[in-house]
Amino acid sequence: MSEVIFFFEVLAGGLLAGVMYALVALGFVLIYKASGVFNFAQGAMVFFAALTFVSLTERGWNFWLALVVTLAVMVLLGIVTERVVLRPLVNQPQITLFMATIGLTFVLEGLSQLIWGSQPHGLELGIPDVPMEWLSQKWNVNISQFDLFSAFVAGGLVAVLAVFFHRTRIGRALRAVADDHQAALAVGIPLQHIWAIVWAVAGFVALVAGLLWGVRNGVQFALTFVALKALPVLILGGFESIMGAIVGGLIIGASEKLAEVYVGPFVGGGIESWFAYVVALVFLLFRPEGLFGEKIIDRV
Amino acid sequence: MLYREAGQFKSSYAEDQGIFPLRQDRIAFWVLMAVAFVVVPLIGDQYWLSAILTPFLIFALAALGLNILTGYAGQLSLGTAAFMAVGAFMAYNFVLRMPWLGIIPSFILAGLCAAAVGIVFGLPSLRIKGFYLAVATLAAQFFVLWALQRFGWFTNYSSSGVITAQEIVILGYAFKTPAQKYLLTLAIVALMALAAKNLMRSETGRAFMAVRDMDVAASVIGIPMMKTKLLAFAISSFYCGVAGALHAYAYLGTVEPEAYSLDLSFRILFMIIIGGVGSIMGSFLGAGFITLFPIFLNLASGWVSHALGVEISHATVSNLELIIFGGLIIFFLIVEPHGFARLWQIAKEKLRLWPFPH
Repeated sequence: MSEVIFFFEVLAGGLLAGVMYALVALGFVLIYKASGVFNFAQGAMVFFAALTFVSLTERGWNFWLALVVTLAVMVLLGIVTERVVLRPLVNQPQITLFMATIGLTFVLEGLSQLIWGSQPHGLELGIPDVPMEWLSQKWNVNISQFDLFSAFVAGGLVAVLAVFFHRTRIGRALRAVADDHQAALAVGIPLQHIWAIVWAVAGFVALVAGLLWGVRNGVQFALTFVALKALPVLILGGFESIMGAIVGGLIIGASEKLAEVYVGPFVGGGIESWFAYVVALVFLLFRPEGLFGEKIIDRV
Repeated sequence: MLYREAGQFKSSYAEDQGIFPLRQDRIAFWVLMAVAFVVVPLIGDQYWLSAILTPFLIFALAALGLNILTGYAGQLSLGTAAFMAVGAFMAYNFVLRMPWLGIIPSFILAGLCAAAVGIVFGLPSLRIKGFYLAVATLAAQFFVLWALQRFGWFTNYSSSGVITAQEIVILGYAFKTPAQKYLLTLAIVALMALAAKNLMRSETGRAFMAVRDMDVAASVIGIPMMKTKLLAFAISSFYCGVAGALHAYAYLGTVEPEAYSLDLSFRILFMIIIGGVGSIMGSFLGAGFITLFPIFLNLASGWVSHALGVEISHATVSNLELIIFGGLIIFFLIVEPHGFARLWQIAKEKLRLWPFPH
């Protein structure tokens, strides 16, 4: 019996970790959908947002004030990125844009550490990262309170985004741009504004992800590496699908934790670093465009 | 005025097919070779040879390998450093376990091992392309480093996971000084660059480019997709593997798996983007820029702090370097998305007409 409970404990832990991956992947998806840019800087944006927020609160700012200011900074960053990096690179091949975002990653990493210093910070949001008592007493299952909280936040975020995309004017414009740039331009949607908005929204997602990851791992340079965790989620779920990011995150999180516990000991452990990629690759063999990605039809 | 092709007639196919069809290019090339092989080792001091020129050549070789895959065959890869790591560690093991083999055959075998790993991680390219493939090659990056750190056999069970490259001895002649190592690297790189240049002009290279430009069309005209893509991965990884072996033996001396992190993969990708995708020369130009630029920035920050009379902390300098480096990459991509190789071409076109532009 305890075996089964242990299995479910690992599974739940993995699924909740997957939610965190999905949060980061979400930022990638938003930008890729709207502008076809594979934004490698998402990890740096997560780091930048978390570091800005934590530094402001450490200087005695009120929680909400710091949140709003950080959000404003992220929006500004999105607009500046669109203006300085993306606009001059319109019509370039995707790899060029991808390289530009790697350049942006360096700029952001340097900038955030230049402004706020490079020492790691702890972050507290008031939700302790401890197992929930009633669960562990009744079922002997250890699931962190904070994990559940972040799952709710992620769920809420997706709901908000869904409403934003389907019910608002800007959201519809965003979906139009994602479907077809030229058609969107033809009906009078200002492409460049849309890109700035998308980057701002991605900045907002990065802020949420940064706060949650910051509580878990501390706000430090290693936070930029969460982007690497999100990449297998992306190839699994498809670059264009918000749903895919969530489901992909859950699959990756769960399989990774299960593999670490049940397979890891046989090969010497530490397989978390690459197992997610292998899972994603195996999936790709059967569905090359990811679980929810758009099917690409080649024509000569 | 000097760079004019008037009066140079080609009277045979061989002349027409030459790598440098213009006499001026040939002269410039041989002068460059003479400088690189003779003058530089004579006048170069230890710092220049061992800390700048040797790594430049090694990274140029790795960039060349990546350029074959990404620039010619159109398969984006982020696992270059992993293939270099395979080359470095397998070369170490071949020299260690089969000392009778000699250094050069060990390097070749190490390159072949890298090629085998490259083929395995190139398999997804048959199903996926673009960024999906790029992310898939990250699997190689993480898996190879994990394996090198986890299995002691690769590092000969050294407790720290660090290997110390053996002395380079070829036919009883030891390569010890920076100048000797530089010459060895230069010779290998020059040979392999020549091979790459010719390979890319051959049927194989044309098949690569056909796959790059449109894979469906390429398979319609009868280019075997699987063979071509996997061959591209194999050749590219072979180059990266040899570059990795040189990196360990001629440059670093002691290597740990962490030296071949994702950062290195990105740096090599930058080299080909800035140098020019799909250009042999671009690999060298890009490698030169990426190798020299941080050194220049370091010097410049020293001058600035000296001129202003303020001490700039080390952390500030390294952060500023990051910002400037990133900014410059964006700047280059905006100004010249086709890289230095394109600038070079433009310069040559202009030079042809100079000083009478019409």
